[in-house]
Amino acid sequence: MSANQNDTNLLEVRGLTKIFGTLTACDHIDLDIARGEIHALLGENGAGKSTLVKMLFGSLEPNSGEIFWNGQAVRISSPGVAKKLGIGMVFQHFSLFEALTAAENIALSLDDGSPISSIAAKARALSFSYGLPLDPESLVGDLSVGERQRIEIIRCLLQTPQLIILDEPTSVLTPQEADKLFETLERLRSEGKSILYISHRLEEVKRICDRATVLRHGKVVGHCNPREETASSLARMMVGNEVQAVVRAPVEGIDKAQPLLEIRNLSRKPATPFSIPLKGINLNVRAGEVIGIAGVAGNGQGEFFESVSGEVLQQDAASVRIRGKDAGGLTITGRRLLGAAFVPEERLGHGAAPRMKLSENLLLSRHATDGKAFVGAGGMVKSAAIYAAAQRIIEAMDVRKSVPDPEAAALSGGNLQKFIVGRELDRRPSVMVVNQPTWGVDAGAAAHIRQALIELSRSGSAVLVISQDLDELFEISDAIAVMHNGELSKPMPIAEATFEKVGLLMGGAEPGHAEHRLETA
Amino acid sequence: MDITVNILLTIATAATPLLIAAIGELVVERSGVLNLGVEGMMIMGAVGGFGASYLTGSPWIGLLAAIAMGAVFSLLFAVMTLSLATNQVATGLSLTLLGLGLSGMMGTRFVGQPGERLPNLDIPGLTSIPVIGRLLFGQDPIFYISIALTAAVMWFLFKTRTGLTLRSIGDSHTSAHALGIHVIRYRYLAVIFGGACAGLAGGHLSLVYTPQWVENMSAGRGWIALALVVFASWRPWRVLAGAYIFGAVWIGQLHAQAFGIPVPSQFLSSLPYLATVVVLVLISRNKRLTMMNTPASLGQPFVPDR
Repeated sequence: MSANQNDTNLLEVRGLTKIFGTLTACDHIDLDIARGEIHALLGENGAGKSTLVKMLFGSLEPNSGEIFWNGQAVRISSPGVAKKLGIGMVFQHFSLFEALTAAENIALSLDDGSPISSIAAKARALSFSYGLPLDPESLVGDLSVGERQRIEIIRCLLQTPQLIILDEPTSVLTPQEADKLFETLERLRSEGKSILYISHRLEEVKRICDRATVLRHGKVVGHCNPREETASSLARMMVGNEVQAVVRAPVEGIDKAQPLLEIRNLSRKPATPFSIPLKGINLNVRAGEVIGIAGVAGNGQGEFFESVSGEVLQQDAASVRIRGKDAGGLTITGRRLLGAAFVPEERLGHGAAPRMKLSENLLLSRHATDGKAFVGAGGMVKSAAIYAAAQRIIEAMDVRKSVPDPEAAALSGGNLQKFIVGRELDRRPSVMVVNQPTWGVDAGAAAHIRQALIELSRSGSAVLVISQDLDELFEISDAIAVMHNGELSKPMPIAEATFEKVGLLMGGAEPGHAEHRLETA
Repeated sequence: MDITVNILLTIATAATPLLIAAIGELVVERSGVLNLGVEGMMIMGAVGGFGASYLTGSPWIGLLAAIAMGAVFSLLFAVMTLSLATNQVATGLSLTLLGLGLSGMMGTRFVGQPGERLPNLDIPGLTSIPVIGRLLFGQDPIFYISIALTAAVMWFLFKTRTGLTLRSIGDSHTSAHALGIHVIRYRYLAVIFGGACAGLAGGHLSLVYTPQWVENMSAGRGWIALALVVFASWRPWRVLAGAYIFGAVWIGQLHAQAFGIPVPSQFLSSLPYLATVVVLVLISRNKRLTMMNTPASLGQPFVPDR
């Protein structure tokens, strides 16, 4: 049996097919995962990656096809069956319980009856050994996306599975956190565990993955060794044609341009015992520039975005000024009417109402600013005009969908993000504030969104981008500021910024002592 | 002194059915299911309990029959909302209407018949202790069940793994499903437990409170129990406090009316509702605790994505 186990692959998938209505999400997929390998699953949004892994984890049932585990045909009818076989999963759309603590969330996915107190201690120890610090007592509802992902990863590791499926695990981690995760993955590989790794970040796929399977439109279009490929050749396999590199023309005389968004000494007390206070933030975003805000998840970026967008009002009306007018006391709609547009971090439930159609979501965010176009006499909604505008955005942003006007929740994460960003860009706002513009979005779509943000700034708007993706910030920003523990550093012009400098600020180093710290470290 | 003890005893008797029904509904709602049929299940328990007691001559069999009646009746709700994913609000309301009508029909031959009351506890030596003897050791058996039930539900929800799983389903059934938890199975059990509790509360009405059968004898207590659960922000000890505040003010206003206090009786009758709401709102000012305790998926039908 043991000899046999070494010969066969850990997991083999033959002809797996899943059909939703008229859409074939997965079309006769074949996949082999050997013992002790990190296998990458590549593909654009809507290529069928998530559908495939959901079938492997038992959340979805295939229409046809077979799955072999250790050479035995198995039917994975539920996640419980998958867990019993030894398959663990870290979800892209988190499967956490917001009203429960981190420790309780972890306890729920463990089968043994160990008391919650011992799980908390185990989780704390494991999280520190993997460099993913975690407070087991904290309430998930209070945590940032990055911190929630840590819980998901720790939860999966505590189950000691044979195969770990990671759906975009690094999209919310800092470079340092991602490095620690890669060390963890390599350690797991050396222990003989297998990993199925889904990511849009081709550089990291090249760095840690042994083999890759590429999906396009629900079909396997190729297998390769990512180490022998370049990022652009991988992207070409995924997309089917060349991915346009993002172009950022330098801007001249930006110092003289008028600031469209001014943040003056913005402070905020923590809203909950676990959230971060904002401490005297100052920032000007001028017409024609993109300012990026970097930072480790949970350092006040969410609180800052809420304050700027008007989800939370300020006591001091002058602490947020949009196009020269005090906006601190205005609501989101008031700020939108001044010409600002906002894209929040959470797509479902925050950026879009999940159970409403895209056209309805368009009306929800733009009924005030585009009142004349969308709402007629007596408050009657002009459905045809809204539908046409939604279709215009869908076309401009290349949103892939199965019906003409789907519910927001029916789109894959990246496609919904393209729609939400497109919905705001379509207004040509003079101030655009985006939190995590391309989280979980594939290379082609991310390049599209980034280019669109740069072009918006070059046409005379002020663009503020909050992101945990440093590559992205270096690609699109004219200056980068770093948020740490509720404080914002002075923006650093892109010509002077390096990964090391920004990384140190993210870790909490004083700007002036950055070099010194490097030497001692 | 005797009057005080008597008043306290009547308060406990008034509060007990509310407490039992509300504790049952609390478990149901913690699992994410909103069953508005408490009133219907309660009245079915009342008629079932009285009927069995009348036919067999044993109020103890009546007690078991009341529990069974509530549980079976709630199963109807469970099949509709959980297996067939019907709207929980509409199904719950129709359960109440069905229960009121059906119990009236089943109970026609019991109207005006004398019933037997469940005997009070009587422990020689203890029950005869002045004042506290009767309060602690001389009440009806369902009173003790209601207190034990509250403690047990508290322990179950917050100290056991199964309780944690139940709360997690109430918070997010999709996440629970993704973890491999049998959402529907847990909800079935929770709904049936809630039904059994409502049945027991009904049994208290027809076997202890007024040992006879009167049509519509639940008189809106099921609705009060539902409201208690929400105002108590889904926390068992607050349900207990709410039920007893309601019972105390209700008994108090009855005495006030009897003394002929020059206040409109309609106002006095509304006092228990007012007092309960005010007190429970005051103790649930902590938004964070409320957020932690409100089942986020309450009332949403769950259809696993296959």
